[in-house]
Amino acid sequence: MASTNPAAALADDPMIEVEGLNKWYGDFHVLRDIDLTVAKGERIVICGPSGSGKSTLIRCLNHLEEHQQGRIVVDGVTMTQDVKRIEQIRRNVGMVFQHFNLFPHLSVLDNCCISQTWVQKKPRAEAEKTAMEFLERVRIADQARKYPGQLSGGQQQRVAIARALCMRPEVMLFDEPTSALDPEMIKEVLDVMVELARDGMTMLCVTHEMGFAKTVADRVIFMDQGQIIEQAPPETFFNHPESDRTKLFLSQILGH
Amino acid sequence: MAEMATRIEMIEARRPPDLRRGVLGWLRANLFDGPLNSVITLCVLAVLGWGLWPLVQWALIDADWLGSTREACSGEGACWVFISARFETIVYGFYPEAARWRVDAVFMMLGLLIAWLAIPRLPAKRWVGLFALVGFPAVAYVLLLGGHFGLMAVPTREWGGLMLTLTVAVVGIVGSLPLGVVLALGRRSQMPLVRGVCVVFIEFWRGVPLITVLFMASVMLPLFVPAEVEFDKLLRALIGIMFFWSAYMAEVVRGGLQAIPKGQEEAAKALGLGYWRRMGLVVLPQALKLVIPGIVNTFISLFKDTSLVLIIGLFDLLAIIRSGLTDSNWLGFATEGYVFAALMFWIFCFSMSRYSQHIERRLHTGHRN
Repeated sequence: MASTNPAAALADDPMIEVEGLNKWYGDFHVLRDIDLTVAKGERIVICGPSGSGKSTLIRCLNHLEEHQQGRIVVDGVTMTQDVKRIEQIRRNVGMVFQHFNLFPHLSVLDNCCISQTWVQKKPRAEAEKTAMEFLERVRIADQARKYPGQLSGGQQQRVAIARALCMRPEVMLFDEPTSALDPEMIKEVLDVMVELARDGMTMLCVTHEMGFAKTVADRVIFMDQGQIIEQAPPETFFNHPESDRTKLFLSQILGH
Repeated sequence: MAEMATRIEMIEARRPPDLRRGVLGWLRANLFDGPLNSVITLCVLAVLGWGLWPLVQWALIDADWLGSTREACSGEGACWVFISARFETIVYGFYPEAARWRVDAVFMMLGLLIAWLAIPRLPAKRWVGLFALVGFPAVAYVLLLGGHFGLMAVPTREWGGLMLTLTVAVVGIVGSLPLGVVLALGRRSQMPLVRGVCVVFIEFWRGVPLITVLFMASVMLPLFVPAEVEFDKLLRALIGIMFFWSAYMAEVVRGGLQAIPKGQEEAAKALGLGYWRRMGLVVLPQALKLVIPGIVNTFISLFKDTSLVLIIGLFDLLAIIRSGLTDSNWLGFATEGYVFAALMFWIFCFSMSRYSQHIERRLHTGHRN
């Protein structure tokens, strides 16, 4: 099983390096010998059947999940158990969740200011300016004074993207960002993500939106049973998949 | 053949129909909605009137309000003279008369602070809150206890009545909530030692009756510490009450913490917030809001149970009134005494309850969570 490493990953400026990553939940081996290098500015889409460990993999990258073996380096910082080190990595890594996870007791604006104020220690006015800038960019600035509970799912997810961007991260992780949305709202979120990709953000995106993968991904990674089965640029991946497992998966999700 | 059903113009949003039709409208809609309901309403009113009228007659109409001795009482209704004659004692206990202005000052300050913090429009909440938590206890301590700045010292055995009840309740409430929050967080900690200590603390204090705690504080503790070290009896009771209720509070708060989805903390983690900020800014504000009913429930229990300090010889509001019943000049006014005590407790507890409902409404954000 050849895990073909496209040229992009061989660039001399890796943003993320994962080496020999293994993780268990009790006896269950969720991630098996994962090796992955992500270049600065690279856009990666990770897909695979449910339970294949794709979410777990990107959650390891900012230590929302703890791994038992292997090495993770993000933007030159090696992940350890040290809280300071972990928080340093998290400041560089933005994350968008399936269920948005906005803070319901804070207004949209405060959701975007909280980390700027308390982590970056920016003065309030400056934090608000940055927040409005990014809210503008995800086209939701007019809702800044509202609370998350008053917004639709698509709007909430766009706020969540803005909130993550306010920290000016080097990498953005997306954990199935459109899976919890009504069909009519998926596009507004994908549009924002496409724009972000065009601006050169390093992105790792767990998603089943194959259209998105075809449009923006530099590389598509297919995972099954905790392993990377295949990775290739989208044209190769969708038109000439190598492994039978990938072919089966593609036929299942593209078949109808 | 079906007609074309295409909507060309959108329907504008309209205001909901006005269903409030004044007092009469409300009466008609809710009480006199048809002959059967009217009859039921009248029957219920009659039963209520028949049942409550004697009480009203006793407590208000036939009652004696003026005077200073028991001769003023006609004996037909309640004799509130019993209360008014002893009012000072009921409020201040045995606090020396010359120094009672100090109690008044502390009461007034407390009232002002609570009002300031409770009325949303008033500014500088943070500073007033800080003063209420740090400055006010110090000032209250100096004023109530005396012994400094030329103030006459008033030992706690001379405290009593409403001021003692309020002291115990306020210290208990202000102390048990933060301690309970810390214990609740500790019980959910990843660190086995911290978790263990919190679990043992909570389970110990929750497992013994408050009366036992008070007895231990007043009778047993002196046996274990050297005779020269003298802890004030009130202080011991205060610490006992605080620990006891903080264990209950911890479990109430833990219930709230468990109701917050894991994603909230994960989102806060992903933003780079450290543990205390995650708790203080994201998890606790939501958790505490959720368990306001439980917290206030605990406050109310605490407030009422302050009367248990009576068994270690402290004279709270209820005990002072009871002691008045044995006064040979005023024998036979137990009903008035107990009704008055009940009314006082009810006023404080009901205020807390109403305020908590107001807070819940004010903190509600959005249609959904």
